[in-house]
Amino acid sequence: MIKPTFLMFFLLCFSAHSVHAQDVEVLLNAVKKKLDKVNSYEAEGTMKTNVSFLKIPVSSIKMYFKKPSKVKIKTTSGLSFLPKGAVQFNLNSILSDGDYMVIDGGAATLKSSSIRIVKLLPKNESSPIVLTTLYILPEQNIILKSITTTKENGTYELNMTYQKYKEWGLPDQIIFAFNTKDYKLPKGITFDFDDGAAKKKSKPALGNKKAEVLINIKNYVINKPIAEEIFK
Amino acid sequence: MINLLGLELYKIARRPRTYIAFVAVAAIVLVFQLAFLADGESYMSLMLQNVKDNFDMESSKAINGYFMCYIILNTLLVQVPILVALIAGDAISGEANMGTLRLMLTKPISRLNIIAVKFTAAFIFTLVLLFWMAIVALLFSIFLFGADDMLIFRVRSEESFIMQIAKDDVMWRYFAAFAYAAVALTVISSLAILLSVFSDNSIGPIVTTVCIVIFFTIISNLNVPVIDKNIKPFLFTSYLVGWKGFFYINTSEEGQPIKQSLENWPAIRNSLLVLLTHIVVFFSLAVYFFRKKDILS
Repeated sequence: MIKPTFLMFFLLCFSAHSVHAQDVEVLLNAVKKKLDKVNSYEAEGTMKTNVSFLKIPVSSIKMYFKKPSKVKIKTTSGLSFLPKGAVQFNLNSILSDGDYMVIDGGAATLKSSSIRIVKLLPKNESSPIVLTTLYILPEQNIILKSITTTKENGTYELNMTYQKYKEWGLPDQIIFAFNTKDYKLPKGITFDFDDGAAKKKSKPALGNKKAEVLINIKNYVINKPIAEEIFK
Repeated sequence: MINLLGLELYKIARRPRTYIAFVAVAAIVLVFQLAFLADGESYMSLMLQNVKDNFDMESSKAINGYFMCYIILNTLLVQVPILVALIAGDAISGEANMGTLRLMLTKPISRLNIIAVKFTAAFIFTLVLLFWMAIVALLFSIFLFGADDMLIFRVRSEESFIMQIAKDDVMWRYFAAFAYAAVALTVISSLAILLSVFSDNSIGPIVTTVCIVIFFTIISNLNVPVIDKNIKPFLFTSYLVGWKGFFYINTSEEGQPIKQSLENWPAIRNSLLVLLTHIVVFFSLAVYFFRKKDILS
């Protein structure tokens, strides 16, 4: 026979969990509502790629977004190495379909702010995403960080900084981190000139398999119609 | 002296074999360009390997005139020494073979002047050949493929990486690379002229020069640590690819390329000095042995 005190404790825990889950759903809806104000945007910015095997310059970019989840990044001049999974840059894409289970991940501190951690589990088994963890600043209903684990392409991490476009939930800076594969060319294929230069020590200790893309965004033009051709 | 040089250049221009070099260069370049027009993306995919798993990159933009010229020079500058040897190896031995050397030496011209004129004529031929290469490999490639930022694929020690040079930072590197190539090919010319002094027929010095270049080039590219350390620094062929140093752009601590910069100018300068020393040594030896030579033909 189950003791009444144990039953009481179980019921209390269960009801507390439900209250928390409801709380984070309210919070998530508030974030979503904020992001829903943006139907489309066009923005300018710069993109700096930090990968050990890519010595490429900082490029000027243009970013485009259109509901529900169309995202395009274009460089304004020269060659560009654009990180795949760029769709992750826009959190509307993650939140738009609503087909996920919300789990309360508790409270924590991030960038000296008190945040709430919310985990999203897709209900659809065929979804490419396994789990998304959002770090939300509750007072302003903005997402400071998200970690998305995919089935095939590893984990993507987004860190966002907000300034001018905070009321729209649009970041001024995004740091996009992900895993890369090793890049190795066979010796002799390039007939290199051995100049005896010592291997330079890169400042970021990301290693050979980590990539980081830093995007600084300015001049958002929000809710201006964007032609479909841009996304092709 | 000027008249003698004019005469020497006229002789080179009259020889059908002179034009073999120009036709060969144009044919090789054209084959490269057609191949890359047809299926350059496959080559780019091979070089980019799994970079494309994480990054979107427009391969068609990467295969541009600047990149094409680099790829062509990568191959051609290994073969061009053979074409230069065809002309320079004939300088003295060709005259000896035809019996005109004895006649030439009866004139009041010093042997030093004769060698200097032969050497200058071979140098001018090299410059014209490089100019031709610049037209077909660089300008014609830009015409066919357009101009954009340039990608350099590189292996250094155990590290492989891709460097991107902005398109407005490329042209001066080509000027410098062609100037370097002129010095490098002049080493071959002076070696061929030196060997030409010892022979009474053209084939011997040409074949010997080609064999030396091929043998040294193979050793230079063996990538065996013992050879890299002990033998490679003493082979002039190790320095022939020094032109590539002009495309090794310096990078900041964070890995961003710095415009107008070179990763290792002292290494390029030292390579140039090694090549210039070879030219001086080969030319001096040619003068020394030609002065002592008994003209029997």
